[in-house]
Parts: sequence; structure tokens; C-alpha cells
Amino acid sequence: MEPLKHSPGAPPAADVKTKPELHIGEDYASRYGFHDAEAYFHKGRKGIDHEVVEMMTRMKKEPEWMRRFRHESLDVFLSKPMPRWGDTELLNSINFDDIYYYVKPMAEQGKSWDDVPENIKNTFERLGIPEAERKFLAGVSAQYESEVVYHSMRDDLKKKGIIFLDMDTALREHPEIVQKYFATVIPAADNKFAALNSAVWSGGSFIYVPPGVDVGIPLQAYFRINTENMGQFERTLIIADKGSRVHYIEGCTAPVYSTNSLHSAVVELVALEHAYIRYTTIQNWSNNIFNLVTKRAAAYRNSTVEWVDGNIGSKLTMKFPCIYLLEEGAKGEILSVAFAGKGQHQDAGAKVIHAAPRTTSRITSKSISKSGGRASYRGMVKVYPKATDCKVSVECDALLIGKDSRSDTYPTMEIAEDNVQIEHEARVSKVSEEQIFYLMSRGLTEDEARLLIVNGFIEPFTKELPMEYAVELNRLIELEMEGSVG
Amino acid sequence: MSTKDALFEIEDLHVSIGDKEIVRGVSLVVRAGEKHAIMGPNGSGKSTLTNAVMGHPSTTITRGRAWLNGEDLTSLEPHEKARKGLFLAFQYPVAVPGVTVANFLRSAVKARFGEDRLKTFRQDLKARLRDLEIDESFVTRYLNEGFSGGEKKRLEILQMAMLEPRMALLDETDSGLDIDALKVVSEGVNRHSGPQTGLVLVTHYQRILNYIRPDFVHVFMSGRIVRSGGFELALELDKKGYGDWIAPAPLAAASN
Repeated sequence: MEPLKHSPGAPPAADVKTKPELHIGEDYASRYGFHDAEAYFHKGRKGIDHEVVEMMTRMKKEPEWMRRFRHESLDVFLSKPMPRWGDTELLNSINFDDIYYYVKPMAEQGKSWDDVPENIKNTFERLGIPEAERKFLAGVSAQYESEVVYHSMRDDLKKKGIIFLDMDTALREHPEIVQKYFATVIPAADNKFAALNSAVWSGGSFIYVPPGVDVGIPLQAYFRINTENMGQFERTLIIADKGSRVHYIEGCTAPVYSTNSLHSAVVELVALEHAYIRYTTIQNWSNNIFNLVTKRAAAYRNSTVEWVDGNIGSKLTMKFPCIYLLEEGAKGEILSVAFAGKGQHQDAGAKVIHAAPRTTSRITSKSISKSGGRASYRGMVKVYPKATDCKVSVECDALLIGKDSRSDTYPTMEIAEDNVQIEHEARVSKVSEEQIFYLMSRGLTEDEARLLIVNGFIEPFTKELPMEYAVELNRLIELEMEGSVG
Repeated sequence: MSTKDALFEIEDLHVSIGDKEIVRGVSLVVRAGEKHAIMGPNGSGKSTLTNAVMGHPSTTITRGRAWLNGEDLTSLEPHEKARKGLFLAFQYPVAVPGVTVANFLRSAVKARFGEDRLKTFRQDLKARLRDLEIDESFVTRYLNEGFSGGEKKRLEILQMAMLEPRMALLDETDSGLDIDALKVVSEGVNRHSGPQTGLVLVTHYQRILNYIRPDFVHVFMSGRIVRSGGFELALELDKKGYGDWIAPAPLAAASN
């Protein structure tokens, strides 16, 4: 995602004047889809095997347990078949031999933007990251290909004992806490892509918030893929200690290429007693990226975990943020929006496991399919025996635009306890002729009317975003909606 | 050609929904400063007439024309008509979830008057809300979602007040209003009707005409105007109802 508006890619002023309400002439290709020339410190070969893993772990000078973990994970990846569910046709089109698994753009991470090579710095400037950092963020991490090239956190937050580092640095500087939690929420064998990430992970964020500390304003990570046929495998682990609070935001974009790239992250959250974690994603990959991500949270006594998950880009996304409500009073909320345009399949959803009494969950899923795009909601709610007095609420809304667009819902509920309160609602709607006519009768063009209706549809999501991101999300939707009539 | 001094005119308008002809040859001239009432029983095609003039996609104009300020509206898109100053207050305004009243009004004002007008948007809106005795919190609600009948009608007139149409068509704006609301809404309509604007008020009942006094009354039955007169015609209708006295000819014979 791109948190701020103005980049050199903005349209000439004349265009803005003639049609101020629509950003005509802008599109993904010019705004995000550009790429830089490569002058990399290290670019490994294509393909994946133990040699590649060994090279990575040596370059990163990792401890033996991590080296072994990577190799074992690779074995798991190689032995597991492709998933036999979801969009198997697209999944099977991934050629694992045609991907770069490790690309290190520079020798050392930058402590200031001036340490970052000019073209990479310009890219992040163009995406508005330094500006966002100055304006409203507590800390920023900028990953380019396989490595975090720039990282910062405000000094006052460091003094409070908050650790916000890229994952590689965290492994070096805080090995004991990393080892304690790493891969405990998502083991390598969880699924084929989690195993792949576990074998070749690089970059991502590590956050530890000490007991009782409130980070106050958001921490952000931005992920950029630049090279063709790239595989990006960041690994994120967030631990909110007792009674602490943190909001983490991630965004991403990539150049438009005719060949495919793979993004496969693993994100683990641990919310200890009374802690609060909100994890916000604005996924805006270019339409040649497979985005196959495993995200899971462990929520302990009276803690709250919220996934706020926006999927706009990518060719195929498979992502089902999950929350394990492990102890009494834990709360989980998953709020997601998926926008599937032409040639896109957003297979998104949510998963909640109620493993303790008096746990509460709410899933709100909104999807928009347009111009032949396909959005799927895949959800699972599981209530264990003896997890009494749980509350579950699931709401899925799908909006279809255009006659070839598709929406599917795959809800699963496994409730092994009687004393549970469950609400489930699913709706599929179309933008109605009456709504369009009503808005047009007030002077809005058909496109403007449709856009307003779509923005209204996802409003429950946008209103949860910080202002700057809400504005940006609406703008992204606007780009996607251009010329959507029919 | 339209009539010389007409602000708004429809000429021999025929409207179908699907295969069915609903409006069967209606002509009407509204000059600047005039208020017209179209009165008729339920199902007579009044709403179809106003919807067709605005350009509802379910209606087809099969014959006839409509003009605003001498300009032929017939083939324009609804948003083009709106930008030229035509306004329709809906009988059943539709809900648009997630879109706040304020956001919607801002888009509409911008579409009608251009970006510059937004500079005074907030204060304009505040003043209009006061006029219509609407609480300010109203504008943060989602458009018509969960609105009572009365709230919807107030919102229609708020839109009219913000968009300052040259020509307003009010479709059953009185239905669903209690007497106090009717008064406030009527005052709102009157405030925004002047020597330069025209008004067509479509209604079933005479009640609203006590507050918005029309210069002309047209009785509408079975898709056409069967009688026109002054305000006294409304009073007569109120007394006698829509009976044979007004449309003695059998419907079949009335078609051309």
C-alpha cells in the first residue's frame, strides 16, 4: 500500500481540472508498476534446493538452530503436495524453478534514508514512505526484495523498551526471545507455503512490546518487490506482552511484469494477557503476483487481536487470517475487504478457533467482484467442547459488478459445544439500478455513482483505518473502478 | 419547439414500462414563478411521468418531448438533466449504505455547481439544516438507511435546498409526513421557489396544497391530464373524490 498521495506519477494539472473527481490517466503501471535498474549486492540463482538454503543461512550468519530449521522446513516443503483446494489451476501454474529466492540489494541496512542507494530511496519516496514516517508513524521498516533496506523507530519508543526490528536483526540481537516464539504459532509443517517461507524466509518485522506499554501510534512496514520472477518471503513475529497495545500496518506494491512472482509471508502474533494487537494490511501487489500468505494469532486471557485485511492487488491471493482464542475472555476480530478485478482471484477469508470459555469473535468480510474478477470467502469457525458461553458472529457481503464477475462463499462451522451464541449472515448483492438512478438524478455520472456505492459498501472497513490510509484505499478503489460500467 | 416563455414544458409525452403504456399523451407548460399541482388517484401513472422526465432506466419515452429553458431534455442522461437544474424529489428514496448524507450532498453540490461551491459547503449545509429543523447529526447518517418516512422526505427537500434547481418535480412529498413535518417541509419548498423557478407537485391529497399553494391544478387519471384549473379544482376534488364527475369517458375510448 501507499500511504500518501503525491508522487511524481501524479497526472498533469490540466487533467485534474477538467475532471477533478476522477484520476483519469493514472493507473497502477505508472503509479506503482515502475521498476528500478538492478545493482544488487547479491542475487542468487533461480530455483530452490538445500544449497540455496545453506547459502542464505551462511550469508546471514545464523545460529545452528535456525540453520537446521530452514533445512528441515525445505524437506517439508518438497514433500508436501500442492493444496488440492482453492484455485488449483492457478496454483499449479507456479513454476518454483523459475523464481529467485534470495536477492540482497545492499550490503548493510540503512539507518537513515541517505544510506539507501539513490534509486531505491527514490522508489520509496515515490511511494510516500518517508513522508508518512515524518507525519504519523512511530517507526518504519522498508523491505526491498529479500532484505529490509531501511529501518527506524522513534527514540522515545526505544526508551520504553519497545523492540521493533527487521526479523534478521532481531534474530542476531534478541536470539532468546525470537527462539522462544518463532514458529510456535505457525509451524513449518502447517502448509506447503508456510514450509517454503520457513526454509527461505528473509526480512519481515519483529516487534516486542513490554508489559503495560502502549505504542500509541502505528508502526509500519512496507514491502516492495522490484525484480522479475522474484520470491519474497518475509517473516513477521509480533509479541504484545501483558497489558500492552500495538498497531502494526503493512503495505506492498510491485512492478508490472508479464511473468509471475511469488509472495509468501508468514505472520505470527502473540497477544499475552490483556494485550491488544491490531494488524492492518493494505495489499496492493501488481496483477502478476501470487500472494499466498499464512497469518495466525495466539490470543491469551482477556487479550484482543484484530486483523484488518484489505486485498486490492495480486493475481491470486490465498489468505485466511486466523486467531486462536486460547484462554478465557480472549477476543478476536477479522475485518476484511477483497477487491477482485479482471484476471484476479481473491481467495480470502478468516479462521477463528474458540478453545476456551467466554471467548468472542467477529468476522466481517466484504468482497467486490468486477469485470470478471472472482472473490471467494473461505471461513472457518471452530468451537471446542467445553468452550462455553462463546460468542461468534460472521457476516459476509459480496457485491457483484458486471455480468461475468463471480463470488463464492465457503463457510465452515464446527461447533462442539451447545452453550454458544452464533450469528451468521451472508449476502450477495448487485449495485442496484435504483441506487444509480437516484445518485445520477443528483448530478453524479454513472461511474461516480457506482464508485460512491462501492465506497459505501466497504465503509465499515475504511472507517477502521487511520485517516491517511482510508483516503488512500478509496483512491485505490477509484483506480480499480474506472470504466467499470457494464 | 417549446412554448416561447416556458421554463419547463412537456409535449404529448408517452411513457411505457416494459410493453405497457402508462403515460398516454401528457402536455404541460410551466412558466417561471409558477407552481403546478398534478393530482390523481394511486396507480394513475403520476410517478411514472416524473420518473420518465428525470430518466428512470425502467421507463421508456415512446413519444413526445420535454424541455427545460428551451433545451430539449428528452435524450439527456439523468446527471446531465440534474446539472442543468432539473430536480426530482422521490416518493420512495432508496438507501445507499455506507454513504453519509454529508458525503453524498458534497458530491451532488460539486456535480451541480463545480468545485468552487464546496468552499461554502459547510456553512450552506448548516443553514439549510436549520431551516428544515434537522439536527446536525443527521448528516453523519448513511443515506436513507433506516430513515423514517418523514426523515426521507426531509432529506429530499434538504437536497432540493442545497441544489437550488430551476425546476423541481416533487413526487408525493407529503406522504408519510405528520402535520408538523408537513409544515416544515412545505416552508422549505416555498423558501426555494421564487420568480425564477418552477414547481410541479404530484400528490394524491389536497392537504399539502394548503401550505404550497399551486397556481394551477391538473387532474391526472389513467395516464393523462383529464382536467386543468386553478386552486379551486383541488378543493372540489377534495370534496368529491376522483369519481365519474371528472372522467366520464370510459378508459378505452380515451386512448388515441
